[in-house]
Amino acid sequence: MPILWLFLIVVAIALVGYVLGRSRALQSAGGDSRNLHSLPAFYGANVALKVIVPAFGLLVIWLLVQPIYVNSQVSGMIPDTAIKEGSSRGLVLAEVRRTATGLDNAVAQGALTEDVARNARADFTDMTQRLKDAGQVVTSNITQTVLRGAQSYRIMNSSGYRIMSIAVILVALAGAAISLVQTNADYRARNVVEQGIRVLLLAAASIAILTTIGIVLSLVFNTWEFFRLYPASDFFFGTTWAPSFSGRGGASDLGILPLLWGTLYISVVALLVAVPIGLFAAIYLSEYASPAVRAFAKPLLEVLAGIPTIVYGLFALLTVGPLLLGVFGDGGLGWMKAGTAVMTAGLVMGIMLIPFVSSLSDDIINAVPQAMRDGSYGLGATQSETIRQVVLPAALPGIVGAILLAASRAIGETMIVVLGAGAAARLSLNPFEAMTTVTAKIVSQLTGDADFASPEALVAFALGMTLFVVTLGLNVFALYIVRKYREQYE
Amino acid sequence: MNDMSRVERQVDTNEIKLECRDCQVFYGDTHAIKDVNVDIEDKTVTAFIGPSGCGKSTFLRCLNRMNDTIDVARVQGSFKLDGEDIYDKRVDPVQLRAKVGMVFQKPNPFPKSIYDNVAYGPRIHGLAKNKAELDEIVEKSLRRGAIWEEVKDRLDAPGTGLSGGQQQRLCIARAVATEPEVLLMDEPCSALDPIATAQVEELIDELRAQYSVVIVTHSMQQAARVSQKTAFFHLGNLVEFGETGQIFTNPVDPRTESYITGRIG
Repeated sequence: MPILWLFLIVVAIALVGYVLGRSRALQSAGGDSRNLHSLPAFYGANVALKVIVPAFGLLVIWLLVQPIYVNSQVSGMIPDTAIKEGSSRGLVLAEVRRTATGLDNAVAQGALTEDVARNARADFTDMTQRLKDAGQVVTSNITQTVLRGAQSYRIMNSSGYRIMSIAVILVALAGAAISLVQTNADYRARNVVEQGIRVLLLAAASIAILTTIGIVLSLVFNTWEFFRLYPASDFFFGTTWAPSFSGRGGASDLGILPLLWGTLYISVVALLVAVPIGLFAAIYLSEYASPAVRAFAKPLLEVLAGIPTIVYGLFALLTVGPLLLGVFGDGGLGWMKAGTAVMTAGLVMGIMLIPFVSSLSDDIINAVPQAMRDGSYGLGATQSETIRQVVLPAALPGIVGAILLAASRAIGETMIVVLGAGAAARLSLNPFEAMTTVTAKIVSQLTGDADFASPEALVAFALGMTLFVVTLGLNVFALYIVRKYREQYE
Repeated sequence: MNDMSRVERQVDTNEIKLECRDCQVFYGDTHAIKDVNVDIEDKTVTAFIGPSGCGKSTFLRCLNRMNDTIDVARVQGSFKLDGEDIYDKRVDPVQLRAKVGMVFQKPNPFPKSIYDNVAYGPRIHGLAKNKAELDEIVEKSLRRGAIWEEVKDRLDAPGTGLSGGQQQRLCIARAVATEPEVLLMDEPCSALDPIATAQVEELIDELRAQYSVVIVTHSMQQAARVSQKTAFFHLGNLVEFGETGQIFTNPVDPRTESYITGRIG
């Protein structure tokens, strides 16, 4: 029985339970809902909750546990002799699973009867051919062990799912029965439902947190793997980035410093563009602009935030790069060799960040109480004095937060760098040279054809981890600044 | 420093500091102030009383052109400070506000240290030539604000960390630091407890020696305690204006009598 059907059946039981619970509660109160402890809908929801929560809980746990159990059982069936030289148990298991899927599909197509799929023994060479004829992907000749493994794999899985369906439906029905028996006029259904809602919201929050932890852990384990293959000191202090791909001999130099330098350099250029322009735009919009101008200009500025970064990348590649080359290139000052450079990527990234800085700062400046401005005007301060000495200091924590948020975006940005800054990892002070960033190199390391277990691929995780630590540090620092000034300014 | 207490109190014959004639204020289509004529005397406390929404705060904000900061507000009529029209095109509202200081209903210290709060006005108007002079101005202002003794050891502490009453006295000190000629106070005690209120009232009485003070208040007792002149506003009209004693004991207009005896408002 497909999972979808099971799901629908449980939902149907819950709906029926809702109606029954509601009417049973009303009945026990003699038809007068005023005699009930809770509103009738709460009794219905109580029954529905007690159907859905245990049944789906069981379903999820079963779906997680069954593959683990089946795998270990099948793995136990494979004798060590069946594992070829240079192969591993995992590879044989994968073969078993492939064959099982092939058998499933062949049966579904009618190329094999269910009986043959389950019981075929002797003619297993024929089986390979028959599976191939049925259009299934079978890599090599199926050995006796693999076929038997696959057969028991199928049988265990299908019987497992059958038992699961029955168990889930039974649990759902039991939940309905128990909660219906509980239902009477004095039962505190509202409190139970409120608890249920609380748990639901808590679960949503924990999923978000757990996912984050999972992402970090996957980074940590792969980073750990990388550092077993490549010395950490060479990674953190190496000044050359020269990975050799496809294991074509020669050790790779995987020093992070040129990448980190490129990241920071481009981010700094971007912030130098974005912070003054964004902040001044925010001040104009919140303090000087008339409501009509503001209503028109603010959404227009925020459109910038909606442009996909790849479009900014194209803008960098096709417009800003050639423009800069015209001024600083060989035709002009002669500092620039090609259109792709730190300056190109930095300028375009700065433009991308303007709406982040301006929109957030604008909200923050608007949140400064009017009483502050009145106080300053009342003392004979001009508008710009008021903004500089009263409004901005009061809004500073929020503005710092906005800037650091923009910095995090700049450090994590990829597409603009790939298209605008070039791909050369270089330690240089010249902003008109091509450089690259951590994010751009993560992409190029993982999209190559390198073996996934090689340091050249695993370095991507170490780079990602480093980036994560840097942005985390930045956020913690931002929080510290905001807290420190908040004490003073509220 | 205590020579203020030796200054003789003059109540009777003061010259007119601020002369207001036929004043009208509109908020969009609303006619908030109608034909108000008031003379604010020098070295006198003038109280504006009246029910909420009667226009007394609006009128007060006309006196230093604070209504300029509100887009929809329109002011008409003649306001003459020492004979000069403050709404004249040549008058810079920024300079005017340095001469006509203002204290607000809610204490609004800036998010700066106590010292910087008081030094704010003198700094932007360039009143001090050096640090020593500025220190002197700050100390003098804080003494006039009757808060020097409480804060002299922590001038670097944030002004926002003071109690409500201290904050309001700090705001008064901040306002007097620019040496204004007129001090406008918009319900300065409405956010304060009775003890802080008494301190501020005492302070207002002392300030009268040097400044012309205009105070908007909801408390008729307060108006009676601190002011020499009282103006009663009702629905945007100035109903009655005269000596405080006369207004409270022998009002001419029946509306004034109704208000001070608690029948309207």
